[in-house]
Amino acid sequence: MSIALKVENITVSYGNFIALDNVSLEFQEHTTLGLVGESGSGKSTLARVIAGLILPDEGQILLGSQTLSRKRSREQHKMIQMVFQNPDSSLNPKHTIRQILAEGLLFHNIVRHSQVENRCRELLFRVHLDESSLDRYPHEFSGGQRQRIALARALSVEPSILIADEPTSALDVSVQLSMLELLNTLKAELNLTMLFISHDLGVINAISDTVAVMRHGKLVEINQKERFFSHPETAYSYELLSAVPKMPISNR
Amino acid sequence: MTSINPILKIENLTLGTKTNHNLVSNVNLTVEPGESIGLVGESGSGKTLTLRSILGLLPPGIKQLSGNIKNNGNCAMIFQNPLGALDPLCPVVSQLAEVVYYRQKVTHKASRTIALELLESLGLPDSLKQTDRYPSQLSGGQCQRIVIAMALACKPSILLCDEPTTALDVTVQQQIIDIIKSLQRELGFAIVFVTHNLAIASSMCSRLCVMKEGKIIEQGETLELLQNPQNPYTQMLIHSVLPLPDIERSVDLCP
Repeated sequence: MSIALKVENITVSYGNFIALDNVSLEFQEHTTLGLVGESGSGKSTLARVIAGLILPDEGQILLGSQTLSRKRSREQHKMIQMVFQNPDSSLNPKHTIRQILAEGLLFHNIVRHSQVENRCRELLFRVHLDESSLDRYPHEFSGGQRQRIALARALSVEPSILIADEPTSALDVSVQLSMLELLNTLKAELNLTMLFISHDLGVINAISDTVAVMRHGKLVEINQKERFFSHPETAYSYELLSAVPKMPISNR
Repeated sequence: MTSINPILKIENLTLGTKTNHNLVSNVNLTVEPGESIGLVGESGSGKTLTLRSILGLLPPGIKQLSGNIKNNGNCAMIFQNPLGALDPLCPVVSQLAEVVYYRQKVTHKASRTIALELLESLGLPDSLKQTDRYPSQLSGGQCQRIVIAMALACKPSILLCDEPTTALDVTVQQQIIDIIKSLQRELGFAIVFVTHNLAIASSMCSRLCVMKEGKIIEQGETLELLQNPQNPYTQMLIHSVLPLPDIERSVDLCP
């Protein structure tokens, strides 16, 4: 399997605070990497560096074989898309769903003007939303539906890498499961490589192939999912795993 | 469940807006002294409203339309967002001492001593004794401990918890739950625990009430309810808790 993305020795500091300390990570193609850690451990900073929203102080990122320079081309930006934690603040409340989806399609010249309408319908179909949603505004949808719209927008430009930054933590447990299933099917259908960030280990277990643990801006452990959840290698991972509240009965 | 002396009794509680839209309808709930009850359900199911109505803390525009609440105890509440529950302009020890001063009717000096004792029992750093700090200078977990200390300063017989761990990290979440549990063993107050996380609720509470669209659709002993859920919605909730495989501790863990 080839490597879709490679992060090499990334360091980011905010003033005196070191958010990322010499982080290196490889993403195998068509797999999901789950990134866990407490708040403030640098998970989201890493995601933003990869998406090009923050410039690292040191280190470089390789997308396939090409190095991503400080100024990325439009094509490079297109390849890496992101879904944010809170759909309320990532969708423009004054735009209809049609405008939200069409903007990316037109900006990156994915389809011709005449085809936009059709493509928007297809995208909504992919995320299991009705096509009558096109003329509605974000506030008319539930949190789970809004997160689906954000996902449709990220997928509209046909990225190869999708970064999901806690996409389910603002959602109810019952909605969370369907969102995870949707992400899994879309990943398989569209051959995506995914970086999935969460502090919920149950979610990570449900979606990842590889798990990486962060603490204080450093990568503590990178391991295969099965191995991580049964035999964690570091004391911190063990502590994290044993802190998860468990059901007194088995629910499967 | 029949009891001679419940500490809190909610009968046929209905809450609604002015337009007669019912948000909570016909909720019955009895809390015995020292018992812990979990209210679970998704957002908008009326868990928090039910809890707030016990204290009379309903948001503007929402009224109690019928039913009554018999409260024989002293209530204190822990809120979801610790930073929102604390005064950002008042250092935490003074803030806690103020609650002690008004609720326990002691002198200013004694209230500060009691406050510091409370903080120590909740595992907050000793440095607070010398230098008081503002809520923004503490972590989320520490702020939540201050909020718990403030609730305990009221010497409650019922502790109302509104998702006290949702805003916290898993490791901190575990610590806060352990603290609440051990305090309950020590002081013997009753707990009404609102959460959407069934795993937390089942580890905290002896009895669970499942709420949906403003109604309690199922309630019972925790284990019984989880093993034998009758309502399809309860079954769905139980299924949506994502399982984790069992872990084994390797002998040589890297620090």
